[in-house]
Amino acid sequence: MSSGPVVPNDPSSMVPVERPAGTGAPGVPAAPAPAPGSRLVLGAPEISRALTRIAHEILERNHGGADIVLLGIPTRGLPLAVRLAERLAAVEPELVAADLVGSLDVTMYRDDLHKHPTRTIGATLLPPSGIDGRIVVLVDDVLYSGRTIRAALDAISDLGRPRAVQLAALVDRGHRELPIRPDYVGKNLPTSQSEKVRVLLTETDGEDGVFIAGRQGAETRQSAEIEESR
Amino acid sequence: MRHLLSTADLDSAAAVHILDTAAQMAATQSREIKKLPTLRGRTVVNLFFEDSTRTRISFETAAKRLSADVINFSAKGSSVSKGESLKDTALTLQAMGADAVVVRHQSSGAPHTLAHSGWVDGAVINAGDGTHQHPTQALLDAFTIRRHVAMAGAAGAGAIGQLDPTGRDLAGLKIAIVGDVLHSRVARSNVLLLRTLGADVTLVAPPTLVPVGVEAWPCRVSYHLDEVLRDQQPDAIMMLRVQRERMSAGGAGGGAFFPNPLEYTRGFGLDARRLALLPEHAIVMHPGPMNRGLEISADAADSPRAVIVEQVANGVAVRMAVLYLLLAGDSAGSASTAGSASTAGSAGPRTADERTAIA
Repeated sequence: MSSGPVVPNDPSSMVPVERPAGTGAPGVPAAPAPAPGSRLVLGAPEISRALTRIAHEILERNHGGADIVLLGIPTRGLPLAVRLAERLAAVEPELVAADLVGSLDVTMYRDDLHKHPTRTIGATLLPPSGIDGRIVVLVDDVLYSGRTIRAALDAISDLGRPRAVQLAALVDRGHRELPIRPDYVGKNLPTSQSEKVRVLLTETDGEDGVFIAGRQGAETRQSAEIEESR
Repeated sequence: MRHLLSTADLDSAAAVHILDTAAQMAATQSREIKKLPTLRGRTVVNLFFEDSTRTRISFETAAKRLSADVINFSAKGSSVSKGESLKDTALTLQAMGADAVVVRHQSSGAPHTLAHSGWVDGAVINAGDGTHQHPTQALLDAFTIRRHVAMAGAAGAGAIGQLDPTGRDLAGLKIAIVGDVLHSRVARSNVLLLRTLGADVTLVAPPTLVPVGVEAWPCRVSYHLDEVLRDQQPDAIMMLRVQRERMSAGGAGGGAFFPNPLEYTRGFGLDARRLALLPEHAIVMHPGPMNRGLEISADAADSPRAVIVEQVANGVAVRMAVLYLLLAGDSAGSASTAGSASTAGSAGPRTADERTAIA
């Protein structure tokens, strides 16, 4: 996955103060190791804080959690939706976290199927209440071109007719190709298109972290971004 | 996977991947809006040189549910009855731009010829060729068995559908395939696929209906249905149709293969008495069309343990999965990554890499 040249890690990111001791440097985590030269831009505490903030924003914007349904887009949108639901239920005790969450697979609605090797289809599971007349919050890890969300909107319209659809993304890296805008963002991350943003979550990858890897072209902007995130 | 010609071409991971994909397809078929836009603009040709009801309708439904355009071609009423060859028919279809050709032919190997001759560019799916193979039928049978029985041990027979069988194979299950094995492409496809998936297969047939060379097949052979039912306690029993149209050389009633239909029924038909010998969780299957009163009695065919109608419904989901896996991906890439389709599953369908590649 490292198409860019291998560059030494930014020394500042080698000392990840926010990481629990013993997990090792960001370059050598467990299974899906981020490419050499990738930098940690969001650690576990920042991800947790961002999700807590998004949960409160969802409740504020919709005047409570009464009609909320969180639909996570597999693979990594789903655990994020589960975490958001837990936070919503923690704030509003009358909500049951498990009844808020669903999973929405968009593979069969994508517009780029014929440009890639065949994709594995994920599961679509709606909460028992369904989505008709509810406020659906789509949850994804990275918002990039917007094409995944376009596919998700098509998928939703085949499943029912929600009162409103909103969008939450852990990371918005820009470069939209469609007129799509998130309602809730964990972190705006200006990137160049040659860079790769990789989100790791404990549920799927054994650890939490957002990493960025790529060429040096946008380096100045990147370091500024990292400084700001600290 | 470029074509689907035989279950011999599938390894365990590929077969499980097809079944998992079929499970997701089946889930979409319980929705109010069953149509998916996945294969929009693709053309699927059903090329049927032999009569068929459910396979053709099943493929047509599957393709339409994925928004592909479907052209039905049957030998009757076409230029084939004027003597047109398979090659010329194939070239005609190629000129019309078929992305996939679903072919049923009375000659074993016709789909293989079509796939490897260069007459057509698209994917070739074998929908039954002679007495050779019928891979989608075997896949839908395996899907049905997995859905009903593979989970029964873990959850109890009552909890069917409660547990997710995704990723599971059929290891340790005992399956009996009973009847006209000699003429059955369904049996051949099933023996290979079920064995690949880890199941233990026993063929039961009168000696006259067991093919020469069966000892090379990965299965056991018995001539006594009652013994198999009593001693092996199979988890699923698959009744095969007695294919009288292929027995014509022996005269009416299949005279060359068994003395008379009544004797066949006594020896190898599934009736209420034999149904009672089966274990509690066992299911009764039949690829259809059934000869009621010959290989299966009405008691057995209509019992709650018969999943024959469900097999038809599962057929649509399995064929959707096959069409999806053959047609949805990049055709140049999918040829070289046939084996990696299943390994990609572990990383999830949408890795950051793929996401970046979109740009």
